Amino acid sequence: MTKQLTAWIQAAPMALVLLAFLVAPIIMIVIVSFWGATEYSIYPAFEFDNYEFLFGSPVTYTVFFNTFKYAAITWVLTLAIGFTVAYFLTFEVRSLKWQVALFLLCTIPFWTSNIIRMISWIPFLGRNGLANSTLISWGVIDEPLDWLLFSDFSVILAFVHLYTLFMVVPIFNSMMRIDRSLIEAARDGGASGLQTLRHVIIPLCKPGIMIGTIFVTTLVMGDFITVRFMSGSQRANVGRLISNDISLLQYPSASATAVVLLVTVLIVIGLLLRLVDIRKEL
Amino acid sequence: MTTISKIRYSRRSLLKAGGAAIAASAFPAPMVWGQESKNITLRQFGTGVSNLNEVATKVKEELGITLEMTALDTDSVTQRAATQPDSFDIADIEYFVAKKVWPSGNLQAMDASKIDNYDKIVGIFRNGKLTPDSTIAQGTAPHTVGFVEGPNATDFVDNESGWMTLIPTIYNADTLGIRPDLIGRPITNWSELLNPEFKGKASILDISSIGIMDMAMVVESMGEMTYGDKGNMTREEIDKTFAIFTEAKKNGQFRAFWKTFDESVNLMASGEVVIQSMWSPAITAVKSRGIPCVYQPLEEGYRSWGGGIGLSNSLSGMELDAAYEYINWYLSGWVGGFLMRQGYYSAVPETSKNFMSENEWGYWFEGKQATDTITSPFGDALAQAGEVRDGGSFTDRMGAVACWNSVMDENQYMVRKWNEFIAA
Repeated sequence: MTKQLTAWIQAAPMALVLLAFLVAPIIMIVIVSFWGATEYSIYPAFEFDNYEFLFGSPVTYTVFFNTFKYAAITWVLTLAIGFTVAYFLTFEVRSLKWQVALFLLCTIPFWTSNIIRMISWIPFLGRNGLANSTLISWGVIDEPLDWLLFSDFSVILAFVHLYTLFMVVPIFNSMMRIDRSLIEAARDGGASGLQTLRHVIIPLCKPGIMIGTIFVTTLVMGDFITVRFMSGSQRANVGRLISNDISLLQYPSASATAVVLLVTVLIVIGLLLRLVDIRKEL
Repeated sequence: MTTISKIRYSRRSLLKAGGAAIAASAFPAPMVWGQESKNITLRQFGTGVSNLNEVATKVKEELGITLEMTALDTDSVTQRAATQPDSFDIADIEYFVAKKVWPSGNLQAMDASKIDNYDKIVGIFRNGKLTPDSTIAQGTAPHTVGFVEGPNATDFVDNESGWMTLIPTIYNADTLGIRPDLIGRPITNWSELLNPEFKGKASILDISSIGIMDMAMVVESMGEMTYGDKGNMTREEIDKTFAIFTEAKKNGQFRAFWKTFDESVNLMASGEVVIQSMWSPAITAVKSRGIPCVYQPLEEGYRSWGGGIGLSNSLSGMELDAAYEYINWYLSGWVGGFLMRQGYYSAVPETSKNFMSENEWGYWFEGKQATDTITSPFGDALAQAGEVRDGGSFTDRMGAVACWNSVMDENQYMVRKWNEFIAA
């Protein structure tokens, strides 16, 4: 048996799994996106109606804009928090034992389902919820704040809460690999703390930041349930558009939206990967 | 939507699984109806309202038939009936869903002559009239989609042909729910939903086919427009309705929209919302937490809905016989009593009467003052002696129906507009 054949055989199981469960479904979605639909059934066709309607409707643009808005704001916040947490764990906590312990502490909330973590915000932020009653009893506000819940604020809060760990983990991983002598060298060379951060640590964390960014943007852009629950169904992103279509049996239209979303997300990831060559850096 | 229904019903399904197991072991099937049906399993799905574990337990006890129930939300129910005909034997669906699903050929018509209590089924489901001189409300009135010409016919007929699409099981008249303690004044019209007084404290349900009807009731009540038929709007009517509601949404009238029963209960109970579209058992659920909540009868009348049982087209032979047996049992009274004690109505009220106390029958059906505490079948106290049901008697409530839940000819257009409204 030649070496090449062995290699092919070794790769085959994974390739088959991916083909059956990733590639085939996507191809199916693309095909169905050209089909037609009636109230209660879908029929094979090759028509551009779904795309025509999608690109012709002002709702699509609003909704895509919203999706990007959520992704961008969530990215900035998760990056800021995630980077800070990782920095603290790596450089401020000295013993490995404590680093591991504190890192595990960060993951504890993830032992429950993310839907439960999300929904638990609702009674907290509600009009008569904990946040409002505490603020009122402190005398900070007189009237309950309505924008705490069922608003863009609560949607983004939930996103940040749910996805910050996805930023912490890869950045922490990158930071732990930084050779400490590089930081000493920077200090010896007369660099201030901020300069070290900017010229040494951040560049070396780029792969981690990039991986975290990919996680967060794809998760936020593909989400529908967080937006639905935290906005009280009052806001929409692309995921909700798709889920609405599905619940109304409009599979072809849902597929078309899904294809456009997939392409958009792939473009975003493509751009991100141009900024940092993850393979090389890893 | 599967994720949502899973959360929504996980507790119930757990109970169901447990309950069924207990039922199977504690009540070995008595051989009242013969051996054959004992080993038959029928798979039923429907919305949470009538897919009750207690019914499965009771049917196992009395008929020996095992009923496997799946509870889904309204949209998922339609989806399943239309797209997965082999996944069920019995579809427990709403009449307006039938209009959508029947043409798919997934259901078979039922022979009315095999239904023992057919003659006792209330007029609404047969000729559309509650009493001989009542007028038929707008929308998809159940009798208009209740009959077809023959066993394999696909078109609905407007007479009692003897072949039924659905056997009516449960129905009610819906209106707005309010928190009287937080509003502090009488509410008498649908238009109050958009009253700026309740800015940021109103809600409407995010199920397009039902929500649009509530919207129409509101718009008509505001005097903005009179619809030709609220159940079958023209594009202009749809546009204008959404224009009014989109403006209200942008002005911050709504706190949230709800899609599942639980959400509506939580919105009301937590005080986030003081006036909203609501379903009768949700009012009960709020009340049973000790929070005042009224199912407010309004001058313009009710928006009504009805559900029924349909048989899968693939059902035949012994299973089909068992299904008829189940249907006859369903209409024989026990289920009716069980449903009516929660505030719904049964298709054959007179058989249900035997399964209710005089006090219960008086309160729920006749609109009389309760003579003693009214409790739900689950043991919660719903009303005290001296209280009267919101809206009064059966004929008062069902006689004041302004429109039925429906599917309109312009449904796809409406759905797109609905999506715009949500995204606006």
